[in-house]
Amino acid sequence: MSSSTVVTPAVEPRSATAPRGSTRPVRPRRTRGAAAWGVAPFALYIALFLALPTGIALATGFVDEEGAFTLDTIAALGDPFVLSGFGTSIALSAFTAVVGALLGALVSYAIVAARPEGMLRSVIDAASGVLAQFGGVMLAFAFIATIGIQGGVTVLLRDLAGIDIFADGVWLYESPGLILPYVYFQVPLMIIVFLPALESLKPQWAEASATLGGTTATFWWRIGIPVLWPSFLGSLLLLFANAFSSYATAAALTSQGQSIVPLQIRAALTSETLLGRENLAGALALGMIVVMVVVMTLYALLQRRADRWRR
Amino acid sequence: MIRSRLLAGAALAAVATLSLTACATDAEPTAAGGVDASTATSLADFGTLADLEEAAKAEGALNVIALPRDWANYGEIIDLFAERYPEITITEASPDASSAEEIQAAENLRGQDTAPDVFDLGLAVALTSTDYFAPYKVERWDDIPDALKEESGLFVGDYGGYMAVGYDPDAVPAPESLDDLLGEEYRGKVAINGDPTQAGAAFAAVGMATVQNGGDLDDFQAGIDFFEELNAAGNFVKIDPTPATVASGETPVVFDWDYLNNGYAAELDGQRNWEVVVFEGTGYAGYYNQAINVDAPNPAAARLWMEFLYSPEVQNLWLKGGARPVLEQAMVEAGEIDEALYAALPEAPADTVVPSAEQSDAAATLLGERWATAVQ
Repeated sequence: MSSSTVVTPAVEPRSATAPRGSTRPVRPRRTRGAAAWGVAPFALYIALFLALPTGIALATGFVDEEGAFTLDTIAALGDPFVLSGFGTSIALSAFTAVVGALLGALVSYAIVAARPEGMLRSVIDAASGVLAQFGGVMLAFAFIATIGIQGGVTVLLRDLAGIDIFADGVWLYESPGLILPYVYFQVPLMIIVFLPALESLKPQWAEASATLGGTTATFWWRIGIPVLWPSFLGSLLLLFANAFSSYATAAALTSQGQSIVPLQIRAALTSETLLGRENLAGALALGMIVVMVVVMTLYALLQRRADRWRR
Repeated sequence: MIRSRLLAGAALAAVATLSLTACATDAEPTAAGGVDASTATSLADFGTLADLEEAAKAEGALNVIALPRDWANYGEIIDLFAERYPEITITEASPDASSAEEIQAAENLRGQDTAPDVFDLGLAVALTSTDYFAPYKVERWDDIPDALKEESGLFVGDYGGYMAVGYDPDAVPAPESLDDLLGEEYRGKVAINGDPTQAGAAFAAVGMATVQNGGDLDDFQAGIDFFEELNAAGNFVKIDPTPATVASGETPVVFDWDYLNNGYAAELDGQRNWEVVVFEGTGYAGYYNQAINVDAPNPAAARLWMEFLYSPEVQNLWLKGGARPVLEQAMVEAGEIDEALYAALPEAPADTVVPSAEQSDAAATLLGERWATAVQ
């Protein structure tokens, strides 16, 4: 479950020249059987690379080393260390999702008025597409090279302004240090998923509101926000899921303390000092899947709600 | 597989009857042709070293795993093997894998040509993974100290060293004790090699801090306390040190095995000065262990690798990497040790401690409970 689960709502291009009342293009009619065959490769792919590994991961949480059924590993999820891992993971994901969503929404609002085929839009669209996927080791290294201990910006600040950003310890390599890189990939993702929702605000609504004597504030309060909130919350949940399942960035940045759940899974699988905890990894994965299922279910419900205004 | 086992069994039975009927003649076991390499427990099962070499060349491959080239001079050792036996293709898998991942690889690749033939493992993993090992006693078996080998030959110590502190003399003053590292001039500069709940070297760093901080190996709390203080002082930098981080100056002080710290010094010669110190008082030592995969795809090559590693020449190559080879004492007595390299090792401390299996287990459990919160 990574950002590959992003479902960007299809938006019909708003053509300025389209005659009013133009209907949608008529789809060629297909039989059910053909449609089922058409989806078969995708279904097979999902079964092999999502359902099967998930099933295996879950199953390992319920067996002990000899392969007998046990609930011990599931009980280990109540361990304070594990609970604090889930706490940190959820807090980090929620915080970066909120910050990313607010910043991303502001940027989207700023560029939604720009011409869709204009330079500004093209650049921001392209940059968002790239940066939303710019995670993992590359991103970690980018931050290390920029604001690491010997990073370019760090050294400049130290030599020119006498500011030591690590005066109280090197926070970049600890849990707080994950916030910046996470926000860095959250903002562009927000732009990708939220911009289409903003575009669905029809100019006619603003005109109607103005004609009836409404101010800008009235428009946002009565029309804009009510229409947009399901999309906004849905995007927020998507950002949460995106951060919650991120692993490589954190793995490359933090080496101590295994603060978040994906790192605890790594530790359970690869530790050479604490042995025989491979099944705990399965239980941790189960915990993560539960959180993800809740989030994605809410997301699906909100999407349905948001789609009302896009028809 | 089964057929060759049966054959070997039949051959053994035949040999047994032969030796019963003709007691006077020494029945030489047949060379490579009739030997099942996967059940051979010593060189004698093959005949001579030449017979073993023959059998290994017939296999033509050797899979090693988790051997970083800059770790205890493994690069040179692998190259020498390749040069001596050009007929045997060496495949080096996942140089940076952990001991636990080596065993997982054996599990996941069981029965495949790519499975590892031999392991190089930390003691904790070796002790809990004996089901994966084939017993084998190298020719110099008797010269290996009893404390450093599993008596039936399932695994055997190969090289070791002391937990040491490496530092860049141009960036920090020379530390002489643990307490020095708590000082102002080490702010954001002290690293350990990994997370002690995951990596053996980091675990040993906490062990060393324990015995240097007035504790003993029965309870690692003193070591955890030290790192908690180090972290509170803002001196602990949570980066996994590599030659790259040492070169860039991100980790000017590194807790690591003395041979790895020496490796940094050698690798960065001319880029960074790097000094290594083993603190006075009690030293914390640890040995890695060599074992053969019981399902090795190339059982003869695996055993040849073992004999190769435990030859004086290759033991000296480990010494060249700053590690203490397991045959150290025997080689000193026999005059086989490379005197210049031996003299270059850091001064060994007065007392040396090595944790027992029980102490390691207790310490690992304690670290699992307390480490993360201590260094947050």
